Amino acid sequence: MIAIVLKISIALVVIAALLNVYRLIVGPHAPDRVLAIDTLAINAIALIILLGITLNTRMYLEAALLIAVMGFVSTVAMAKYLKRGSVIE
Amino acid sequence: MLDRLSFPQPWLSLLLFSIWQLLADGVGGGSVIVGLILAWGIPQLTQSFWPDRPAVFKAWRLPGYLLLVLWDIVIASFEVAWLIISPRRPEPMFISYPLQLDCPQAIAILASTISLTPGTVTADISDDHKILLIHALDTRTAEEVIEAIHNRYEKPLMEMFQ
Amino acid sequence: MNLFIEYIIAALLLLGAVFTLMGAIGLAVLPDFFTRLHGPTKATTVGVGAMALASMIWFANQPVGTGFVEILIMVFLLLTAPPSANMMAKAAMHMEVPKVGNTRGDSWQQ
Repeated sequence: MIAIVLKISIALVVIAALLNVYRLIVGPHAPDRVLAIDTLAINAIALIILLGITLNTRMYLEAALLIAVMGFVSTVAMAKYLKRGSVIE
Repeated sequence: MLDRLSFPQPWLSLLLFSIWQLLADGVGGGSVIVGLILAWGIPQLTQSFWPDRPAVFKAWRLPGYLLLVLWDIVIASFEVAWLIISPRRPEPMFISYPLQLDCPQAIAILASTISLTPGTVTADISDDHKILLIHALDTRTAEEVIEAIHNRYEKPLMEMFQ
Repeated sequence: MNLFIEYIIAALLLLGAVFTLMGAIGLAVLPDFFTRLHGPTKATTVGVGAMALASMIWFANQPVGTGFVEILIMVFLLLTAPPSANMMAKAAMHMEVPKVGNTRGDSWQQ
């Protein structure tokens, strides 16, 4: 049963990622794109967790944690750049 | 020299130490040593950035508050999800929320709580730390939202920090 | 593995995936930036949290054994969602991104 549920979940998350890419391309403003990238990073974490369960290994979870950290830092950096015009003052 | 070896922020040190143990996936000889070094070094390096500690902080009230917030986050997600799939157009609103808390840590906790709970996101805080700007996704009147936040989240925080 | 635990894992996985999809749908269909901000900050965070919980329960019932990385991922996502939403909202207000017509109240300028 879990195998089928995993396939459905992966399909749903991939559709979610495609919707995020749609928002990333359409925009229409820079903050929308930043938000889309932030959500894409979170969806990547979800996909990695699902992949870990599918392959029955915990090796990829470290990568998920790294993507979480990098996603947050890059979102804050981009938002700050949009607001101030520079990241480090 | 000896005062250099102290832990100026014991709670932060404890937090860093336990997070390092979690990252190392289990307590072992090496991770304890590295954890201790980090728990000592990071508070020393970042000491000048930290605001003053709140005068009163009743830590035993924190777990109850966190449980309340976690429960509300789950409910909030259902509400937002329902709103997204329902065909009705949302009625967004910007609300100025008058703060009664004055401790910066308490305001940070309140702002994070507001961002994670039903249909509201904290957008900004005024320069004198008196007003929060909140964006509500779907509400009829501002008073409703202000009343709900004050009764549900600000009052427990005021008891915690006063 | 016990059937009951299997049902719990399946339910958590499906719940997580559906919430992630909801967040993405919100991001795609809501009318302006400030309303779009609501989907990812709440629905997606909870969705990934539910999946991480499912992963923990799954590995606890496997020979591999479970760990604590999922807890770190969950806590980290919950802690970082509000500040990043706040930063993006500030940037959007600074750039004066247009708001949807029926928005009431004003965003101030400082």
